[in-house]
Order: sequence, then C-alpha cells, then structure tokens
Amino acid sequence: MAKPASSLTKRADSLMNWVDARLPVSAFWKATMTGYYAPKNFNFWYYMGVLSLVVLAMQILSGIFLTMHYKPSADEAFASVEYIMRDVEWGWLIRYMHSTGASFFFVVVYLHMFRSLLYGSHRAPRELVWVFGMLIYLALMAEAFMGYVLPWGQMSYWGAQVIINLFGAIPTIGEPLTEWIRGDYFISDATLNRFFALHVIALPLAIFGLVLLHLVALRENGSNNPDGLEIKANKDESGVPVDGIPFHPYYTIKDLFGISMFLLIFAFVIFFWPEAGGLFLEHDNFVPANPLVTPEHIKPVWYFTPYYAILKAVPDKLMGVILMGLSVAVLFFMPWLDRSPVKSIRYKGMWYKILLGLFVIAFIRLGMLGMAEGTPAQTIEMRVWTFVYFAFFVLLFFLSPGAKTKPLPERLTH
Amino acid sequence: MPTDGVNKRRRRFLVATTSVVGAVGAGFAAVPFIKSWKPSAKARAVGAPVQVVLDGLEPGQLLKVQWRGQTIGVLRRSQETVGLLPEVDQYLRDPQSQESDQPKFAQNEARALREEFLVVNMHCTHLGCVPQLIPQVGQQPFDDNWNGGFFCPCHKSKFDMAGRVYKGVPAPTNLRIPPYSFIDDSTLVIGVNPEGAV
Repeated sequence: MAKPASSLTKRADSLMNWVDARLPVSAFWKATMTGYYAPKNFNFWYYMGVLSLVVLAMQILSGIFLTMHYKPSADEAFASVEYIMRDVEWGWLIRYMHSTGASFFFVVVYLHMFRSLLYGSHRAPRELVWVFGMLIYLALMAEAFMGYVLPWGQMSYWGAQVIINLFGAIPTIGEPLTEWIRGDYFISDATLNRFFALHVIALPLAIFGLVLLHLVALRENGSNNPDGLEIKANKDESGVPVDGIPFHPYYTIKDLFGISMFLLIFAFVIFFWPEAGGLFLEHDNFVPANPLVTPEHIKPVWYFTPYYAILKAVPDKLMGVILMGLSVAVLFFMPWLDRSPVKSIRYKGMWYKILLGLFVIAFIRLGMLGMAEGTPAQTIEMRVWTFVYFAFFVLLFFLSPGAKTKPLPERLTH
Repeated sequence: MPTDGVNKRRRRFLVATTSVVGAVGAGFAAVPFIKSWKPSAKARAVGAPVQVVLDGLEPGQLLKVQWRGQTIGVLRRSQETVGLLPEVDQYLRDPQSQESDQPKFAQNEARALREEFLVVNMHCTHLGCVPQLIPQVGQQPFDDNWNGGFFCPCHKSKFDMAGRVYKGVPAPTNLRIPPYSFIDDSTLVIGVNPEGAV
C-alpha cells in the first residue's frame, strides 16, 4: 500500500520537474543508470573499470592539494617535496596517496586491459571503446613519466635523461627534437617547469576528455560480458534484454563493495608499504638530482619496465626505440588482430588459453628483466620474451579465424 | 543543410577554401607556442660556444673550462705522448672508439682534430666524477705499469692519454669528446664543429 506523499516529497518532486525542464537530469540518470541494462553475469574483472575512475578521482584530488605546496623549480622542487612530507600537516598522506595512487592506477588499468583480452571486450562493435582506452593508456604513461620527474630526485633526473634521449635516436631531427623537449642543452629548470605544466593541466584535461569518450562509446553498445554474447540480441516483449539487469541499483551496489575492498588494500599500502621496497618510489629518488653524477643503475618505475626490457633487448638504439614503440602501438590493433568468430576465452578453445598465458608470462618476465642489472644471460632471456610478446599478435591474427570453437550457449551462463 | 537550388560546386569550393585558410591560420598560430619550447635566450647564452686561447699552454699542461654545465679539459700533448698511444691499445676496451661518444672527426687513435690537443669532457662515463690527469709514465699506487693518462679517484676507472678507457674498470666507454673546432692556430672554440655550430 502506497503511503500518501508528504508535502516534502511533493515539493522535492516539483523542484526536480523544474530542473528537468531546464537540464535533463532525470532523463540522463535513467538512460545511463536505472534504464541501462547490463549483462547479469559480470564477475571480478568487471570491477577494474570503476576502480580506474576512483583512482583517477583520487589522483586529481590529491594532485590539486600537492600543487598548493610544491614548487616547480630545479632549485626548490626536491626540498618542497620533503617539506610536504615533513612539515605540511597530513602532507605525507596526500603525497603517498598520489605516488602510490600512480602505481595502483597502472595495476587496475593493466587488469582492466587483460579483462578485454580474456572476454574479447575490444571486438566489434566496441573497437572505439578499446581505441579510446588505449589513448587513455598512452596519456597516462606520459602523465606518470612527467609526474615522476617533478620531485627532482636522482631517478627523476636520470630517468628523464634516458627517456628524452630516446627521441634522439630518430635520424636527422632527433637531436633538435630532444633540445626542443628539454628547452635547454641538458635537463634543467626549463624542462621541469614545462613537465609540471603538462602534468597538472594539459594531460589531466586530455585524460578527462578521453575518459568521457571511452564511457560514451561504452554506453552506446553496452558492456561485453564473460560469455561474449550480445544481450541486446535477446529481448522480451517490453524491449528489455532478458539477460540484462539495471545498472542501478544492481551494479552500483556491486561496485561500491569492490571500491570498499580496493580502498582497504590501498590504505594498507599507503600506511605500511608506501614505497613498496623501491618499486613505487625508487631509492635513488630520495637523493636530490645531480646532473654531474649518474646513479649506478637507472631503471624506470615498474609499470614501464616491460617496454624498457624490449628497448634493452635490441642491440641497436634506433631499432630498439622502434620496437618499443611498436610493442605499444600493436595493442591499438587488437580489435582487428583477433578474427575469431567468438569473443570470449570460454569458447575459443585451448590454443587461445596457451597463447594468452604465454603473453602474460612474457609481459611479466619482461617487466622483471627490465628492472634487472642486465647480465648477458638476462639479455638473451629478454630477447626470447620479446619474441614471444610479438609472436602473440602474429599467431592470434593467423590462428583465430580457423581455430575450432566451442558452441555458444543461447543465454548467458552464470 | 538545404540543398535545393544550391550551386553545389560553389558551396564545395567555399567550404574547401575556408577550411584551407583556417588550417593555415591555425598552423601559423601554433608557431609561437611550439617555438616557446626552444631553449630560451638565457639558456642559449649560458650554453653558447666557449673560446679558449691556447697561447702559453705547454706540452703536458691541462686547461679546464666550463661548457654547458660540464668541465671540459684541453690537454696539450707532446709528439712523444701521441707516439706512445698505440702501445696501450691491447689493454683498452674500445681503442677505436666505436662504442664511445665523440664527433666523427675525433674517432681516431688520438681522439682529436689535431693530435697535439686533446679536448675532452672530463666527466667519467661511469658516474660523472672528474678524473685526475697523471701524465707520468711508470709505477703508480694504482698501476704498476702506468703509461700516463686519467685516473678517476671515485671508482678507480683508468683512461689513457686520449681519454680511452682501460679494460677491467667500471667506466663503460671512453671519455666523451665535445664538438669543437679551431678558429686559428691558437684559438679553440668548444661547442662548434668544424662544419658549423651544433
């Protein structure tokens, strides 16, 4: 039995009507939340998208507060970061949120991308969702690299030196290009200042816009699911997908649970293991930048090391840079490289499980080798895994159309 | 967009020309922003080529100058010193300077434009310390059979009188040679190659 509406709810309704006549709030909420039907069989992997959004929000929030104390100048940057850590009230928490957040961003993004490889979420009609996602990934790499330079420690300085000099491998324009990026003949105040500008305004704006496009493109066709079936192909008489459930409240509740669990882990790391033993914040970065002294062992932060290993595996500088660029670029073409008639790993058969397994091992091993000192034996191993990394894409392209698949079910399984 | 009674060719022409003019304008407007990233006048002034007058530099003497934040050494070598260079080749890691950083003109035994003058970036290729010049031939505390050269006090890297690295030391490559050229017989300019500025 419905209760009679109180005068308060009536007034709230009339206010909402007033707003809706001017800004389509209710219509938007219905289109993207309560009236948006998502497949009912989402599993653990489907947390990673919303977690990326949560980390993005945290990075923006903590970043804004860091800029209030940080000084983007070669003379003051290192000291101002130490000032945040020691003298600013709760500054250590905000700074560790930001630096640990960067690593967690890559954790959830890598898992998010892996989910696509599992269930074929990048396949038609969601190619653009993937392409926008890849663009976000690229912008995120630039954002993370420039952010790492800002504390102006030894690894900031020499990491920037190595990364910027990669552009020097390009014939003819290489040298002037590196000079243009640095704004000086060596990494200097000018470089730090422009990286600050890009890190705090240009790239975050780009990432924000790309995330919007990513989400609009996603809502257009709706999410894929672990079975790789299109739920819109099977609707009841009122036009609702029979295997769909409204995003709100079902998945908003599920996501809230996932977010809580994530924040629990995140807080634990911030409080007890913020540097992750040199993995999130390298030891050399607690020494102020010194252009005259190179650290003994220069390596990027963990999320770049797979590509760094590919760079190191090639004995020729230019070829190394090209191959490293290719290793990221090839991912853009995933929607067209996988030509299997089914999307999900569940119906693809053993060949894909082996292929994807090898790819994951290659990526992880390359990441570990990228951090290592680089003995001759490690160099050989890096070459093997680089070969495996690229073989994944080639084999996928040639094996996927012909391979035997399992029969798809009529309805989603769960 | 209504298309009835419209001269489509003219519309296409107008759209195309407007787009082209707009694109060219945007291109020109981008120039100041792109150019603002180049080394500023201040950075250029600090990084400008350095002239070194060689009058009075005796054989065996080392002159140190600053260029772009780095210490550059100018060493005048006697004929005898230059003549001794090939003798240590077998102890060197990269005697032909194939893996080292130098202008093309310095990729030779003496690592110099003129054998008499060694112009070298003094920062060790290991961790950037500045090695000492120890020109005396003979026994040294760090080497029983020293042929003269540079010795890095930080991590014991050894280089010969052409800045070439010995085997078995931490430094990976020979000392770097900066771009330089001679204006006349007694004036050296660091930062300008013989064929022009860097």
